Amino acid sequence: MNGSWGKASVVEDFGREAMAISESVGRFTFLVRSTAAWMLRAPIEWRQVLNQMLRIGVESLPVTTMTTFFTGMVLALQTGASSKHFFNEPLFVGTVVSFAIVMELAPVMTALVVAGRAGAAIAAELGTMKVTEQLDALYTLGTDPVRYLVIPRVLAFLMVLPLLTVIADFSGTFGGWVVAYVKLGIPTSVYTSDIFDNMEIRHFMHGFLKTFVFAGIISFISCFKGITTTGGAEGVGKSTTSAVVLSMASVLIIDYFVTAILAAVGIT
Amino acid sequence: MIEAAGVQKSYPGRPVLRGVDLTVQDGETLAIIGGSGCGKSTFLKCVIGLVRPDAGSIKVDGTDITRLTRESDVARYRRRFGYLFQEAALFDSLSVWENVTFGLRYLTNIAPVRYRSIAKDKLALVGLQDVEDMRPSELSGGMKKRVALARAIAAEPTYILYDEPTTGLDPIMSDVISDLILDLQKALKTTAIVVTHDMKSAYKVASRIAMIYEGRVLAAASPESIKTTNDPYIRQFVDGLSHGPIKMKLRAFETETVENGKGSAR
Repeated sequence: MNGSWGKASVVEDFGREAMAISESVGRFTFLVRSTAAWMLRAPIEWRQVLNQMLRIGVESLPVTTMTTFFTGMVLALQTGASSKHFFNEPLFVGTVVSFAIVMELAPVMTALVVAGRAGAAIAAELGTMKVTEQLDALYTLGTDPVRYLVIPRVLAFLMVLPLLTVIADFSGTFGGWVVAYVKLGIPTSVYTSDIFDNMEIRHFMHGFLKTFVFAGIISFISCFKGITTTGGAEGVGKSTTSAVVLSMASVLIIDYFVTAILAAVGIT
Repeated sequence: MIEAAGVQKSYPGRPVLRGVDLTVQDGETLAIIGGSGCGKSTFLKCVIGLVRPDAGSIKVDGTDITRLTRESDVARYRRRFGYLFQEAALFDSLSVWENVTFGLRYLTNIAPVRYRSIAKDKLALVGLQDVEDMRPSELSGGMKKRVALARAIAAEPTYILYDEPTTGLDPIMSDVISDLILDLQKALKTTAIVVTHDMKSAYKVASRIAMIYEGRVLAAASPESIKTTNDPYIRQFVDGLSHGPIKMKLRAFETETVENGKGSAR
């Protein structure tokens, strides 16, 4: 008897979970569709977009720059050590560092840092607005949370994340140069020619184009988690955590597929 | 005129409204009373279209909100309403005057250069001055309610919906807010629904009082009739007594829940 109850309960739990996930996917899709519809039919709140750009950019810039700077340093150190081991001198350090940073590490690490910082802030802010009825107030005052809150945040992400990534490209490559020059004794001219003799615009575009996809993922997930918050302060905490976890996991997973698509069309 | 007929709404596993029939005449202030969780706030949100009823109709000047499906139609329908939220729901990131005039951009064609003076006028109407540049976090509970009230009337709505306007305020501030509602109703000649469980406030502001109990309207009558009614349910609620049919029902419900709980555990 107990066994059958147990099985039924497992099936029930699984079914309930599957229903909840499919409902969430449906609501998320509706949010994306609603955002596109509002963008077409109502003027964009550019003041809000600018506010959000400043907020996301200023909040995230020091962390993203520092993160990629040190990543560049680590890459240079490891590449230098490996090539010394095989060739008795550090070779192609600039090439390895710049390709790794520009094509993969700067876009992904910047996206992860921004998801943890600005994505969490968005989910917490919108979640608090939801539980304090501020989102309902928007409806009663003639606008819509998608128009007033989601669109400015999505657009701000789409504009700021690529910019932060380009800065991260420079800081990462610069971090690599610091180690190459100071620790490995590689002249600056060798380091830069390692980069510019091999890198083409398509390599830069490979990383740069990814950032638009990442910006869309993080902004939509953070906004979605925020505006679907329920359950007071505890709910806001849960939404914020799940926005960050889901954004980060999605960035890492979708990164593979975007890379595959870009490679297939020759942008690699 | 607001005409609600057979309004039903359930949340997962919990019916809230089981068929509410209510009519609010033009110029009238209807107070809806009832215990916590009886569905009075849900009804108010159904009226303004924030919550969609499962069944029934709510017609405002002939337009049935339950039949509107396009977002733009619902937005146009909402334009005739001002809504005072229970916890004020002021936007934290904006100053007081920006909060008050927030809806003007979307609901009216008034030039933005006039917003600040309009905010000043509306704040004066609710008895506030020199608070325009303050942030909501700097205001007391009563002041927040008043700013929210100024925001609700800023676009000069035909109907004002008050969701528990005196909840969380001290008795004196509650009375101040009730006076303010009364004054505004006289000055603006709007039609209003006030959801409350504060009987003193209900008697003061309402031209008619309706009591919701177990998701239905138990009675709708003048404040005088409610004061003198012999209906044991209404009597118990307005007198605020712990003993009476409502309590007995609660006890029965609690027993039923415990038994059901045991049943499912088995």
